[in-house]
Amino acid sequence: MTGGRVRRVNGPLVEVTGLPEVAMSDLVGLGAAGLPGEVVAVDTVSASVQAYESTGGLAVGDPVTPLGRPLSARLGPWLLGGVFDGLLRPLASAPTWLEPDTDQRDTGSQWSWQPAVLEGEEVTPGAVLGTVPDAGGLDYRVLVPPGVRGEVRWVAPAGRVTARDPVVDVAGVAVGVGTEWPVRRPRPVARRTPVAEPLLTGQRVLDALFPVARGSSAAVPGGFGTGKTMLLQQVAKWCTADVIVYVGCGERGNEMADVLDDLSRLVDPRSGRPLAGRTVIIANTSNMPMMAREASIYTGVTVAEHFRDMGHHAVVIADSTSRWAEALREFASRSGALPAEEGYPAGLPSALAAFYERAGRYVTLGGAEASVTIIGAVSPPGGDTTEPVTAHTERFVRGLWSLDRALAYARHYPAVGWTGSFARDAEGLAVWYARNGDPGWGPRRARMVSLLAEADRLGDLAELVGTASLPGRERVVLLGGRLLREAVLQQSAVDPDDAHSTAGKTTALVDTVLAVVDACTAAVDRGVIATEIEEVDFSPVLRAARETPPDGADGVLARRDQVLRTLAGLA
Amino acid sequence: MRPDRTPQEALDALDLEVVHRSVQELHGPLLVVSGATGVGWDEFATVRSVGPDGGQELRHGLVLEVDGDLAVVQVLEGTERLSTGNTRVAFSGRPLRVPVGPAWLGRVCNGRGEPVDGGPPVLSATTAPVAGLPLNPTHREPPAEPILTGISAIDALTTLVRGQKLPIFSVAGLPHLELAAQVAAQATAGGEPFSVVFAAMGLTHADADMVRSVLEERSAAGELVLLLNTADDPVIERVLTPRIALTVAEDLAFTHGRHVLVVLADMTSYAEALREVSSARGEMPGRRAYPGYLYSDLASLYERCGRVRGRPGSVTVLPVLTMPAGDITHPVPDLTGYITEGQVVLSPQVHARNVYPPVDPLASLSRLMRSGAGAGRTREDHLDLAAQLLAALARARQVGELAEIVGSAALNATDQRYLDFATRLERRLLDQQRSEARTLDDTLDRCWEVVSVLPVRELSMLPSRLLETHLDGRR
Ligand SMILES: Nc1ncnc2c1ncn2[C@@H]1O[C@H](COP(=O)(O)OP(=O)(O)OP(=O)(O)O)[C@@H](O)[C@H]1O
Ligand SMILES: [Mg+2]
Repeated sequence: MTGGRVRRVNGPLVEVTGLPEVAMSDLVGLGAAGLPGEVVAVDTVSASVQAYESTGGLAVGDPVTPLGRPLSARLGPWLLGGVFDGLLRPLASAPTWLEPDTDQRDTGSQWSWQPAVLEGEEVTPGAVLGTVPDAGGLDYRVLVPPGVRGEVRWVAPAGRVTARDPVVDVAGVAVGVGTEWPVRRPRPVARRTPVAEPLLTGQRVLDALFPVARGSSAAVPGGFGTGKTMLLQQVAKWCTADVIVYVGCGERGNEMADVLDDLSRLVDPRSGRPLAGRTVIIANTSNMPMMAREASIYTGVTVAEHFRDMGHHAVVIADSTSRWAEALREFASRSGALPAEEGYPAGLPSALAAFYERAGRYVTLGGAEASVTIIGAVSPPGGDTTEPVTAHTERFVRGLWSLDRALAYARHYPAVGWTGSFARDAEGLAVWYARNGDPGWGPRRARMVSLLAEADRLGDLAELVGTASLPGRERVVLLGGRLLREAVLQQSAVDPDDAHSTAGKTTALVDTVLAVVDACTAAVDRGVIATEIEEVDFSPVLRAARETPPDGADGVLARRDQVLRTLAGLA
Repeated sequence: MRPDRTPQEALDALDLEVVHRSVQELHGPLLVVSGATGVGWDEFATVRSVGPDGGQELRHGLVLEVDGDLAVVQVLEGTERLSTGNTRVAFSGRPLRVPVGPAWLGRVCNGRGEPVDGGPPVLSATTAPVAGLPLNPTHREPPAEPILTGISAIDALTTLVRGQKLPIFSVAGLPHLELAAQVAAQATAGGEPFSVVFAAMGLTHADADMVRSVLEERSAAGELVLLLNTADDPVIERVLTPRIALTVAEDLAFTHGRHVLVVLADMTSYAEALREVSSARGEMPGRRAYPGYLYSDLASLYERCGRVRGRPGSVTVLPVLTMPAGDITHPVPDLTGYITEGQVVLSPQVHARNVYPPVDPLASLSRLMRSGAGAGRTREDHLDLAAQLLAALARARQVGELAEIVGSAALNATDQRYLDFATRLERRLLDQQRSEARTLDDTLDRCWEVVSVLPVRELSMLPSRLLETHLDGRR
């Protein structure tokens, strides 16, 4: 027996012998079919391989072929608007029922090539060599790969090319419109820069209360049905990014079909183009091979980095990182690794940290300002947020949008709880807003936070002693809390007018509630009894979000004035 | 009848067939087979043993691990009476496949798909692997049409959608199985071809008999496949039962264009079988000693529901599970909830008030209802009406809690009406007979009757247009 052979198969864990030269992270082909697998442990006689396809039928003694390269993503103009599996193989050209597959499924499509350099020019890594105008909805740039520099010896004329055609020769290196990159290695940049401007999500509870900056990271923990997927899909649809990489990691097939359907119908309000054209979907549903789920997270960030290097702001959305962690745990337990907390491998915290650290605001090799923002869902077993994945994720992210089961149960969506969530970017963003024409942003947020906390405290008290026995000013706080929750924080993902909210509308809604609260307080102070205030018809304000368009700040303020007039009229 | 061979002769005869290997070790439901080089992971095996009287017994197994020349096999029928000396194992050379096709319709089989209705084995020219293949997500069609069950609590408030997975969460002692059987007996898909595959796992004989009799008519009409694993049947067989059910269902749906409802009852028994295998293998136990891969394993079943673009037919999955001690954070309901598209929750409190089915509408949710109900699917007023009922019920529940503290006499008139509303909802809408199939119009008209208890100003979720057409006659 020569060459590599299978020695043991236990689900996705395959032990192979006879490959002395194989290195960690190398890809191998398993069995006669050559199913992809990655080397994750090596000793003197054997290597452990995690298989990226089902190993059903794989037998001891089957051949194993070393492929001599790490697990890499094929990056190129075909990504935008496409749907891929965890190894970034296009699903559109795959059959209805996914059999174990080795093919990269290059469809041989043609792309327009538009050169931007001349023969004889000197170029450095990250420099723009040309563009591909028909690659989805944004400026797709072909760059000098990292580590390559020198003279442009040859440039293909403008025209149609395939993924396999070289378009530029840089110092003897052929560059095409696409490239490959090992998914576990971050793509190089010139340097990191501090996060500065906000990533607007169109979701009021996030933009006004728990904002996230471009290049930052956030996690969304929540029990089942609390609204993680809905919230992340809303962010994917409406956030102010150039590219969205949506990773469905071990979740539902129907949800992926739904996202696809939505994205192809919706139009980006900023560019006027279909949202699908700025989105890359990586769909590794819960019934697809488990270890490809593990890889899909890295594949997703690599795709985002690819677009970042072109100077774009990219967002990676991963639903759910818990399924990725489970894949890690599953593999670790099959390979007999010593378990740490709840069976997860001891490397879980560092793997999480490394993943979220790939987020950042950067100066690219080409000198552009760009960013990768990472937002991940976390699905704690039994809703228990002390479990390892949630607990460690909290340490490494800048924003936490904690979904509260009680809010979801009361159909308060999005169920982002104001006590369990945080936004470490908030202070910096307040400074940014002040410099960019909205000095009121910080104070507004501070007032909302304290009004919600005060209303919660009084709400608990009222449950004991009854609302009627609270002083008028405190009853106004209770009322204010309710208005803030119902008029501002609740937002229906299924109502086209409410699904996203521009910064202007969000601000108008917050200002409206705060002005109404002030007017109510003033009324109490001049002797109006609280019951009378509570019976005022606040519905114009409560319905404002749903009954004005996404940019309808004026309509909101008109409703504010209407209610303020009523309040002023109370004697 | 006395066998004409001694045990040793019988074993020797088996050994003459070269494919048979001997057993090195027995451990719980597992066999370790030596000399198994060339055996593939997840391969199907037949296990033959010879009794003291020389009689042969046939069992079946699946390969869980291959390591050098050893193979670990889980035996579906259990390992009772097997010994290293009296047992031989043969491998089939590939993962288990079962025959598929309409021949299954009208049949009653055990948990391994062998007939228990006195008929011949189910035969078909086509077979399919029981493990199934993942459906390409880009070939999925988003679910969009309802399955009507004739049960108001479900049709009105948690509409079941073709291609959805919607579990029933219950606790021991509640009529969840009656409900599942009633759904299976009554469900229809707007006149299109419809079938039910009912996989019973770990049911008592009484429960199994109940299911059989409720589904008798459907079975006689050739619309039912019944797989029965009872409480005294082999436990490990339950690992296979839902897979056979889903394999048969996928074929009926996507090859033969039928809408197929797969009922899996009780998934808690299934998970226990999985746990037993896992612990016999000495795997690292996860929460409550269930294996760490329980999520992925359950997903490999539930995710087989759906619709396929460009093909008629659908697979809808209705798992039934009892939450041990009523604990919704128990791994089986918890992980099920993380995979399914909503849940129908049964409540002991509602049951205690003698309401059947004892559904708690506030804890229940059909996530796909939005796309499967409303104009053109059920009725134009359906979604607004359901939202209004739930909002009002939430309010009624708060009022009810308040009333417990201050006494209902201290409530204002509006709050009193909310209490009436909640009672009316249970009595007129939720409660129905175990054989009663309500039309959608009947169900939705009852909804209107129930909301009409409330003052119109409280019905802010119902557009005035609907209020005019539906409430005018009632006031
Ligand atoms: N913003 C929203 N607007 C309207 N409905 C919502 C919103 N958020 C959540 N919901 C409701 O809650 C249901 C569950 O939401 P979602 O699927 O996002 O939960 P999840 O947290 O992702 O659950 P799982 O962990 O099981 O995937 C949705 O189907 C929808 O009915
Ligand atoms: Mg989700």
